[in-house]
Amino acid sequence: MANLINTEQHIEQDPWHWVDDEQAIDEFAIISLERWQAQQTELKGQALEHKLGVHLRSDQTADQLGEDAHLLALISIDFPKFTDGRGYTTARLLRQTYGYQGELQASGDVLIDQLFYMKRCGFNRFALREDQDIQDALDAFATFSVTYQSDVSDPRPLFRRR
Amino acid sequence: MYVYDQYDQQLLNERVAQFRGQMARYLDGKIPEEEFLPLRLQNGIYVQRYAPMLRVAIPYGLFNAQQMRTLASIARDYDKGYAHFSTRQNVQFNWPALEQCPDILERLAAVQMHAVQTSGNCIRNTTTDEFAGVTADEVVDPRPYCEIIRQWSTFHPEFAYLPRKFKIAVNAVPDADRAAVQVHDIGIQIVRNEQGDIGYRVMVGGGLGRTPIIGTEIRSFLAEEDLLTYLQAIIRIYNQFGRRDNKYKARIKILVKALGPERMAELVEEEWQRIKDGEDKLTTAELDRVKAHFTAPAYRTLEANPASYQQALADDAAFARWVQRNVREHKQPGYAIVNLSLKQKGNAPGDVTAEQMDAIADLAEEFSLGEIRSTHQQNLVLADVEQQRLYELWQQAKANGLATPTLGLLTDMICCPGGDFCALANAKSIPVAEAIQVRFDDLDYLHDLGEIDLNISGCMNACGHHHVGNIGVLGVDKKGEEFYQISLGGSSGNDASLGKILGPSFARDAMPDVIAKILDCYVANRIDGESFLETYRRAGHTVFKEAVYGKPD
Ligand code: HEM
Ligand code: SF4
Repeated sequence: MANLINTEQHIEQDPWHWVDDEQAIDEFAIISLERWQAQQTELKGQALEHKLGVHLRSDQTADQLGEDAHLLALISIDFPKFTDGRGYTTARLLRQTYGYQGELQASGDVLIDQLFYMKRCGFNRFALREDQDIQDALDAFATFSVTYQSDVSDPRPLFRRR
Repeated sequence: MYVYDQYDQQLLNERVAQFRGQMARYLDGKIPEEEFLPLRLQNGIYVQRYAPMLRVAIPYGLFNAQQMRTLASIARDYDKGYAHFSTRQNVQFNWPALEQCPDILERLAAVQMHAVQTSGNCIRNTTTDEFAGVTADEVVDPRPYCEIIRQWSTFHPEFAYLPRKFKIAVNAVPDADRAAVQVHDIGIQIVRNEQGDIGYRVMVGGGLGRTPIIGTEIRSFLAEEDLLTYLQAIIRIYNQFGRRDNKYKARIKILVKALGPERMAELVEEEWQRIKDGEDKLTTAELDRVKAHFTAPAYRTLEANPASYQQALADDAAFARWVQRNVREHKQPGYAIVNLSLKQKGNAPGDVTAEQMDAIADLAEEFSLGEIRSTHQQNLVLADVEQQRLYELWQQAKANGLATPTLGLLTDMICCPGGDFCALANAKSIPVAEAIQVRFDDLDYLHDLGEIDLNISGCMNACGHHHVGNIGVLGVDKKGEEFYQISLGGSSGNDASLGKILGPSFARDAMPDVIAKILDCYVANRIDGESFLETYRRAGHTVFKEAVYGKPD
């Protein structure tokens, strides 16, 4: 994954990888929600070692994963097109309703001009689309110094900070 | 009105810088057209038939003289010397150059204005009653709530990429609705419950466009401090479950229809229970802070209907006519609400020249505490005018072509830009409006007809609200030719209803005659004092249909 960043830097070495439903699950595998739900009992051990992740399609909601989120070290949320904004709600619900603390990755059509919002919704890893400029992307996290709403980094809206 | 503090201003300045950067990357070829589109839309820039269009937000229709002068300067320096007020209380420039938009936005930011969220699939500018704060019949001034919604919805991180655009309107008058809340994605009716507490009745799923629907109530009373959490819950449900496969089925109204309003209400309630007591619950301090920006100005103690004013009414019939039509009662004795008409003959509805804009700014400062409001009917309002100065104001407004005494009458039409500007149009709409203005220019006749909403849209996107016009005109394409379909009986008021199509469409030059037949039918059938809508509702569709198409054999 050449274009992976967190909110501070380019991540050059990363053990996490997607594993298809037919393939064997190894360490740091990211698997589908369906597979997780089907094989949860066997997979719990690996999950508890922080070596299992789940990928949500944009039509899979946070509530479908629910409390299971706590068992996972990484959740990846797909943006099939940058205009599909469901993942923002999924991320916030995982962080704020379910209290998920692990890695939260935006995957798919992840573009510079969405990063600021994604970070506010709780994403901390971004698998940028191949053509995106890494430096421009890292700069985008500083686009705004003021925000009106509550978000994952600060649950107080501006009116409680003003 | 609301005045920015350092936070509001800082945020806006950062937005201008952000868009400047985006524009630079776009012009550098680093952002492809398709990805630049939502970025420019979220900064108010459409590309229409001949040139880009910049839509500037006027939050809930309230602005001041200095801002109006800035708009005039933009019309002069970056456009062809005029601007257009829209049905969503915003203002549009039809001819700016794309590369110059960041400069325009910077000029706007200097007077606390912007084009944020005037387009795109996000929460749009919240609209309300243009008489807010000065009309005696409101439960409470709705503007603080609109401002609270404005701040909450501005760059909302979760809701920038909704399935489709999202519009919220607020009304606080129990038995009139100038904000058309029932045809918005969310309509908020501010109410008082039996204990006397302020709260909201919430409607969802209204809208016009291809599938016009009247909104349904999903909550009869929501407490004042729960406004934002409840909105958050509704839009969260919409963001997750609204359709994204077909843009014509993507509005929340389609979701509400598919789920049924009861199920929608349940889903919203479940989500709301999870967040209602969180940090987003409004505090008394915040409500008070924002309300303090909308306290009544220091009105003078004046006598109601002073002698000089009554004398002028008696002496000058034209003035009296203008007062009767365009001036409304103010809650403060000795004051009046003045509507400046943007519907003078020969002028596209809602258009103003830069000179008129400067003149309006002067009038606002001279006569109305420096503030101006824009209206859903595409007119402007000076809300705090002393009755004793109305005559003087009228003369100056008249000299500037702003005193057409036809508010609410047939020729006070709502009209979209249509085929003259808009790339989506099936037909032109402005020439139809003009032909009707020319044909029906007899003031006595217009006044005798009384209140009639005539709304014109150039295609089924319904920017001209034709579905809710008492008379609606819709441009249609018939084998490459421009035709017009008529519907009757729509209303956007608190008795909201959708118009019913009258029959086969007409060519443009037939339109004034067809309208004349409809009006004659009304006059022939009305029983003393009935409005057009009342007669239509009583006498029925068929009477009008036969008047236009003749009796079937
Ligand atoms: C010339 C550029 C314009 C374009 C390309 C445009 C495009 C559209 C489209 C595509 C829709 C339908 C959206 C939907 O149903 O999801 C729409 C709706 C609307 N537009 Fe426009 N429009 C333009 C100008 C205007 C103007 C000048 C006004 C005000 C006079 C306006 C006011 C509205 C309103 C009130 C709606 C109805 C919203 C609803 O369905 O509830 N638009 N516009
Ligand atoms: S109604 Fe149609 S023609 Fe008129 S402005 Fe809207 S999209 Fe354009």
